[in-house]
Amino acid sequence: MANRPQPSFPEPDTQHFWEGCKEGELRYQTDSDGNVVFYPRGHSTVTGDRDLSWNVSSGLGSVYTYSVVRQNRMPGFQELGAYAVAYIDLDEGFRMMSTIVGVDNPTTGISIGQRVQVEFEEQDGEGAYPIPVFRPV
Amino acid sequence: MAQERLAAIAGIHEYPLRVAPGVSSMQIKADSMKKALEDAGLDWGDVDGLYDALDGEGGGGLGLAAYLGIKPRLLDTTQVGGSSYEFHASHALRDIAAGRCNVAVTTYGSTAASQRVPIGTGGMGRGGASWQQNMEAPYGSTLISNYAMVAHRHMHEYGTTTEQLAQISVATRKHAMRNPEAVKAMTDLQFVKVDEISVEDVLESRIIADPLHLLECCMISDGGGAAVFVSPEIARDIKKKPVWIIGAGEATKYRENGGDITTSAGAQSAPAAFAQAGVTPDEIDIAMIYDSFSITVAVMLEDLGFCAKGEVGQFIDDGHLAFDQPGLTLNTDGGGLSSNHPGMRGLFLLLESVRQLRGESTSQVDGAKLAVAHGNGGLLGGTHTGGTVILAAD
Repeated sequence: MANRPQPSFPEPDTQHFWEGCKEGELRYQTDSDGNVVFYPRGHSTVTGDRDLSWNVSSGLGSVYTYSVVRQNRMPGFQELGAYAVAYIDLDEGFRMMSTIVGVDNPTTGISIGQRVQVEFEEQDGEGAYPIPVFRPV
Repeated sequence: MAQERLAAIAGIHEYPLRVAPGVSSMQIKADSMKKALEDAGLDWGDVDGLYDALDGEGGGGLGLAAYLGIKPRLLDTTQVGGSSYEFHASHALRDIAAGRCNVAVTTYGSTAASQRVPIGTGGMGRGGASWQQNMEAPYGSTLISNYAMVAHRHMHEYGTTTEQLAQISVATRKHAMRNPEAVKAMTDLQFVKVDEISVEDVLESRIIADPLHLLECCMISDGGGAAVFVSPEIARDIKKKPVWIIGAGEATKYRENGGDITTSAGAQSAPAAFAQAGVTPDEIDIAMIYDSFSITVAVMLEDLGFCAKGEVGQFIDDGHLAFDQPGLTLNTDGGGLSSNHPGMRGLFLLLESVRQLRGESTSQVDGAKLAVAHGNGGLLGGTHTGGTVILAAD
């Protein structure tokens, strides 16, 4: 699928994350104490301070949990066959929702704890943001 | 420990239809309020407190009072999803104890079925730009897939099985078949089989989002209802025996880095409610738990303290849940799975608790003295709220 719903802007918290996707970078934030902040925000969720810096993840992680969606009435998804939605725990300590690609049958080919690597799925349309998805390694 | 009796539920009404074409949600709210007041023996003009969950076409406390034609001295528009009504009961206990009102109502009206709202499978992420939508919309998660991801992780960590989760649906359907309004609901909503079901029936129903089957998912109905909260002074003179609100707890939980998705906000709200009530989970007769899906009930049974985290499969295998089994009894009205789910089921958890503690349920547990109503709002596995209310017979 190459026409996933796109992020909408202006949205100041997540803009830099998505610009990273255009650079092939999976970006996340840390505060000055080293606490990981994700999803992206303007403040540290531990201290409330606005002392965040951006980092680039290795893109390696593990499947924390997943589901294979068989029924979604939303345009763009309702015509798909079964597809996976998952939470991925990245090695740097943040958890993101994503999907898992490169599996012939998602109902049997995905498992909790499976190691995965990010890749950036190009989307239809000029200037579209590539979407970070994960492939088993 | 002596229970404080500072506020009671005096009147209830559950709108009888689950398919109600030609009726507005506002009409369901007003009709239900009138009937709940009649159930208590109170009048329209007695209402001096109004709680609302921003449902229907109402505009919450701002718009609903105008529609009803009342001028309450307390307005509370708390909207935290399907657990809003547990929060309303919690706030009513606080507000009535503080003397802020004496006769308060909360109402609910929904025409989700008639409007064909695809609550569970409609897909998320159509809400425009927000920090969370921007991170999740591309992946096609549905409401159900959030709960399904909890189920998968629970199975992975604790060995919980689909057969065990299915028993929640089986026990709930057994109760539904004894409730004429639930039977009519399933008939009107054209359930394939309006009868008791087996574990095999659940497993043979189609998977909506792995590992959850159709018969592990709640219905989408029209419906609504109302509850009347009163002070102890008013409770002395009502038509039926009051049911006392003796404890309440509120909490929220959300996706966190490294967080445990198998534990819900209930693990925070329930201990607060039990502590205020001065009772323990093993004293509870009736558990009215928001059964959006089988896994919701499984997680809540653990988080409410009926068994330890990870042990709900064994708890279910030990033979609880049905009204004619020993031990804890679950969702005696037939639940959201098989009786009533117009989108925010939390109100019905309070209503059936009251019926049980009055001795009026269609699956009555003899001598029921204590009930817990636990609502879950939002998305289990994602951002959600937990509202726990402990109720005691007079």
